Amino acid sequence: MAMLEVRDLHVQFRTDDGLVKAVDGLSFDLERGRTLGIVGESGSGKSVTSLAIMGLHRSSDKGSGTEVTGQIRLDDEDLVSSSAERVRQLRGSKMAMIFQDPLSALHPYYSVGAQISEAYRVHNKVSKQVARKRAIDLLGRVGIPQPTVRVDDYPHQFSGGMRQRAMIAMALSCDPELLIADEPTTALDVTVQAQILDLIVDLQAEFGSAVIIITHDLGVVAEVADDVLVMYAGRVAEHGSGGDVFLQPGHPYTWGLLGSMPRLDVARLERLRPIRGTPPSLIHVPSGCPFHPRCNYPPQVGGDRCSTEIPVLMETGPGHRVACHLMLAKQQEIWAKLAPGAAAAEAAAAEETAATEETAAAEAAAEETAASAQPGEDVTEVEAT
Amino acid sequence: MSDDLLTVTGLTRYFPVTRGVIFRRTVAQVRAVDGVDFSLPAGHTLGIVGESGCGKTTTGRMVARLDEPTSGNIVFDGTDITHLRAGQMRPLRREIGMIFQDPYSSLNPRHTVGTIIGAPLRVQHVQTEQGVKRAVQELLELVGLNPEHYNRYPHEFSGGQRQRIGVARTLALRPKLIVADEPVSALDVSIQAQVINLLDDLQEELGLSYVIIAHDLAVVRHIADQVAVMYLGKIVEVASRDDIYASPRHPYTVALLSAVPVPEPAAARTGSAAGEAAGPGTLSPRIRRERIRLTGDVPSPLNPPPGCRFHTRCWKAQDICQTIEPPLDELAPGHRAACHFPEPPR
Repeated sequence: MAMLEVRDLHVQFRTDDGLVKAVDGLSFDLERGRTLGIVGESGSGKSVTSLAIMGLHRSSDKGSGTEVTGQIRLDDEDLVSSSAERVRQLRGSKMAMIFQDPLSALHPYYSVGAQISEAYRVHNKVSKQVARKRAIDLLGRVGIPQPTVRVDDYPHQFSGGMRQRAMIAMALSCDPELLIADEPTTALDVTVQAQILDLIVDLQAEFGSAVIIITHDLGVVAEVADDVLVMYAGRVAEHGSGGDVFLQPGHPYTWGLLGSMPRLDVARLERLRPIRGTPPSLIHVPSGCPFHPRCNYPPQVGGDRCSTEIPVLMETGPGHRVACHLMLAKQQEIWAKLAPGAAAAEAAAAEETAATEETAAAEAAAEETAASAQPGEDVTEVEAT
Repeated sequence: MSDDLLTVTGLTRYFPVTRGVIFRRTVAQVRAVDGVDFSLPAGHTLGIVGESGCGKTTTGRMVARLDEPTSGNIVFDGTDITHLRAGQMRPLRREIGMIFQDPYSSLNPRHTVGTIIGAPLRVQHVQTEQGVKRAVQELLELVGLNPEHYNRYPHEFSGGQRQRIGVARTLALRPKLIVADEPVSALDVSIQAQVINLLDDLQEELGLSYVIIAHDLAVVRHIADQVAVMYLGKIVEVASRDDIYASPRHPYTVALLSAVPVPEPAAARTGSAAGEAAGPGTLSPRIRRERIRLTGDVPSPLNPPPGCRFHTRCWKAQDICQTIEPPLDELAPGHRAACHFPEPPR
């Protein structure tokens, strides 16, 4: 039994415009000592998932129009059905969260030390002095110089990187077993981002907690995560180990994310290969596979399966699950062409496909196959002459 | 006089820090930009990179003359625009366009797309052949939006589409130079790539020159021909794109490049089984780098460190670095770096 088990989680918000299905049937496991990276574009439901796990979105919230169904089991205790009071006890002690923007997550009127010791005093019956010592200890642990002095500073006296460190100290104050970091480095510069990621990795090794890192930056995920969950329109598109998802991705959306990202580790492409269109509205999620209006491969699946039938998460390898109608062999064949090494040659063809509309995509695919058949023809021509 | 479209020499911008209400006096100066030189040939792209607070945005704003330099010179297309007054600058506003970072706050929510994109045409009294509306619709088409969306409001568009509206507005006057301040940093990755490709296409089609300001080194590598790295108000290294990414000479550039997370799983980096069995997905050619972690934060530009400004965080710093400021020397043709102990060429 895994430490955290999420089963068929749905989070829906009733709004004036309609029902927003922010998370739509999400399931995953997380073991102690492992790091899960959740990636996706804005509006894919990644932050809502983390807030739901923390019990910050609950059906019982009055007037919020929020509905949470499914199961979130933390050490076999279901958080969705347990009382608000129980979740409150767990939040901050057994599970903690690091928020994206440390400036707005820290209270400007209270000193950093007071904010760190607050959670510690709530969950442990200790005196102010003990809590303060704990805060100093934690600030030192997360790499704040002169913690005995800085503990009385206010958030505005800290730099961006130091504020994020203070946030981490706050999250760690009760030795949580589950730590959720929602875009922990998005507001930071690259050099500071590297420091913070190192810190999270080091602290995890020290505390042995399970970590969920939510980000839109595939580089960050690759750096720290053992497992990767790619979300699209509130669903899992692909889930597997870092090696699976980055080196043998099976879902066209993952290919799109990898292809649209300019990167420093491979030869520079003449052109990036963006995913066409924009992420769908979560009120009117496309029928069938939610990604099909932006996908280049429905013709390869054939028929109108992609627009009518929701693909289920299929195991394509040990621990590697992909929600796509494309056959596994086909996935591998297409990725072989799209992978960074093959990308340069294939970029032009892929771009053509991207530019054409869905109906024309079939023709482009036919062109592609024709193009790949050409080398053989060339040889025969040479022989003929 | 060279054939450069833009030449910047000794550019500085100090923001005064004042105290007192009635007897306002300057107590200190924030040296946001402190002596920057570069030039940009027509049709080329210069990328300016650096961390927040390094002065890259202020530099961009001065080039577009949205801010007046404290000293130094900006020569655009043979004209010194450094201290031109608003009225004198107006005809030149046609030639220099700006794309802003935030596609949400840079478009007036009460104006339709047609009004927004047509505004520069009206302000500049540009004669359009078939009226402003037709011109705007052509611009919408140029940036890949539907011309029928002429009467819509900004809130009806997504972030990427809004950024396209901003690009269309900038293009309305057919500028020669576009200063783009973090044009894609507010966008999702998949949309980022669309806008980057759009900027690429427009440059080819219209012969534009760009000054692109960004903190994302991978984005700059993709769009710039020439890259300048800034640190605390100064350029520490400038070179062609290929040179700077293949062989960075300034320690700060080295550190900056090594800090960028790479979308390659840690398992594959250490060469474990997952990486070996990669097969078709193997990432090559790979630029392998030793990881360098800088400690601490960027010092305050209010009181920059003496000597080399980077010495407080530099792992190669010696005594000389604390006292003597290194000049921006040409280490190889077209490759300049300001360091006493530059990295050997690779």
